[in-house]
Amino acid sequence: MRPAFSVLFLTTLIGAGQGLFITLFFCELLVPASLPSNFLFGGAVLVLILSGLGGIASVFHLGHPERAWRAMTMWRTSWLAREGIALPSFMAAVFAYAVAHWLNIGHTLAIATIGVLLSMVLFVCTGMIYGAIKVLKEWAHPLTLINFIVLGCASGTTLAAAYASFAAPELTAALAQAAFALTLLGLLTRAASLWRNAILRPTSTLQTAIGIRHPRIVQKSQGSMGGSYNTREFFHGKSPAFVRGVLVTLLLGVFVLPLALVLALPLLAFVFQYLGLLAERWYFFAEAQHPQNLYYQGTS
Amino acid sequence: MTQLALVIDLNVCVGCHACVTNCKQWNTSGAAGALTDCNPYENDPNGTFFNRVQTFEVGEFPATETVHFPKSCLHCEDPACVPVCPTGASYKRAEDGIVLVDYDKCIGCKYCSWACPYGVREFDEQRKVMTKCTLCVDRIYDMSLPEERRKPSCVLACPPGARLFGDVHDPDSEVSIAIRERGGYTLMPEANTKPANHYLPRRKTTVTVRDEELYRSDNPHKIDGAPFDKNLPPTTEELN
Repeated sequence: MRPAFSVLFLTTLIGAGQGLFITLFFCELLVPASLPSNFLFGGAVLVLILSGLGGIASVFHLGHPERAWRAMTMWRTSWLAREGIALPSFMAAVFAYAVAHWLNIGHTLAIATIGVLLSMVLFVCTGMIYGAIKVLKEWAHPLTLINFIVLGCASGTTLAAAYASFAAPELTAALAQAAFALTLLGLLTRAASLWRNAILRPTSTLQTAIGIRHPRIVQKSQGSMGGSYNTREFFHGKSPAFVRGVLVTLLLGVFVLPLALVLALPLLAFVFQYLGLLAERWYFFAEAQHPQNLYYQGTS
Repeated sequence: MTQLALVIDLNVCVGCHACVTNCKQWNTSGAAGALTDCNPYENDPNGTFFNRVQTFEVGEFPATETVHFPKSCLHCEDPACVPVCPTGASYKRAEDGIVLVDYDKCIGCKYCSWACPYGVREFDEQRKVMTKCTLCVDRIYDMSLPEERRKPSCVLACPPGARLFGDVHDPDSEVSIAIRERGGYTLMPEANTKPANHYLPRRKTTVTVRDEELYRSDNPHKIDGAPFDKNLPPTTEELN
């Protein structure tokens, strides 16, 4: 698949935002006494900024953004429609949480619980958008969903540690340790999906694609002289060396550098992890082999 | 339940692209708006098509066969593209099974094209909506046309008649009989989309000529005076 940049930004930004909100919830739940005033309010504003930027990024993926409201209508069948509902709902809960802290209304832990539940719903919707496409075997696996959740929580916790290093220095060490553990967990789950995709055998072949049972079939024409939507949308168009470079970048950026830096320099760790996650999402798209490419293998 | 579909005979298709041209002509002139062409007379010409003819070479030289393979939306009975659409713009008509896109509802997110294993949906780069074969829904029900012209443009255009159109759920329809008696098959059955369109396989066309047929009185061999062979049965003339 060709990586869609608006989707790379959407999923990484809201993932970090959701992870940060879940971390704020645990901060308020476990150590309410040691939190400086406005730490949770500032954190909630940060979550709103991240998810708002993600929402704006997603609009650039659409041919007709002015009709985006329609994308909430088919929630009975479409995970994309469900995400279209879950993201504003999550943002509304975070907004209510920020207002409750700002005006000292109270019930903040109850609002945060709703927000955490909605952030999990949003994680499931985002992951299942990809996990539910059966023809893309690289995506159609529970590991897709698990990686969206674990990597979102890892980057959100790293961001929380970076935020705490300015706003609540006494929390930084504990948050950095949590970020270290989640990043390590993410390394395990992402490595599992990388390994699975590397040894995956495609179900469809050129033989099943055109229904001719012969071991040697060579495409001579794609039905067009220039390219088409099919040649643009379903292949990243980069060399194998470039793709390997992205793989090294994501392993360094998402896992190695943050693990090395998060305990000492959490802000730098988050910057590396976020850039690494953009590479990770790019690779996530690039490694998905769409069966329609069987019909676009060459011209003579 | 009606399920309209195309049946394409790969044994007959000569790869002339008449179906592609007529499809483009009909669907670019319709009320839904033009099918975009980008750089049609420049480098890298490309555009939106509902139907394309691809060519494959099967076998190893000199024992090769050229297979021309027309490819358009298969109007699946269990379409993967429809449930994923967040707006309901992609839908399958209950009355005739045609899978359509409502261009006024489509937000252009391309998610349906990711879900389709066949790559038969094409995003229109100017209209910014997903487009696909409509089985010429705007002409097959057009009562102002004579009945024999109420068929998809590609079917009407095909010079050798490789494309059949009809209801694959009616066991007595031309398409059902063709599927049943000429080995009709679907593409990528492992995708479990149950395509309505079927393809008829290539066939080896051979004529068996037995020796006694060459010896008959109406055969030029006899006229030219084929030598008498006592092992062959007597001809009609000899019997009389």
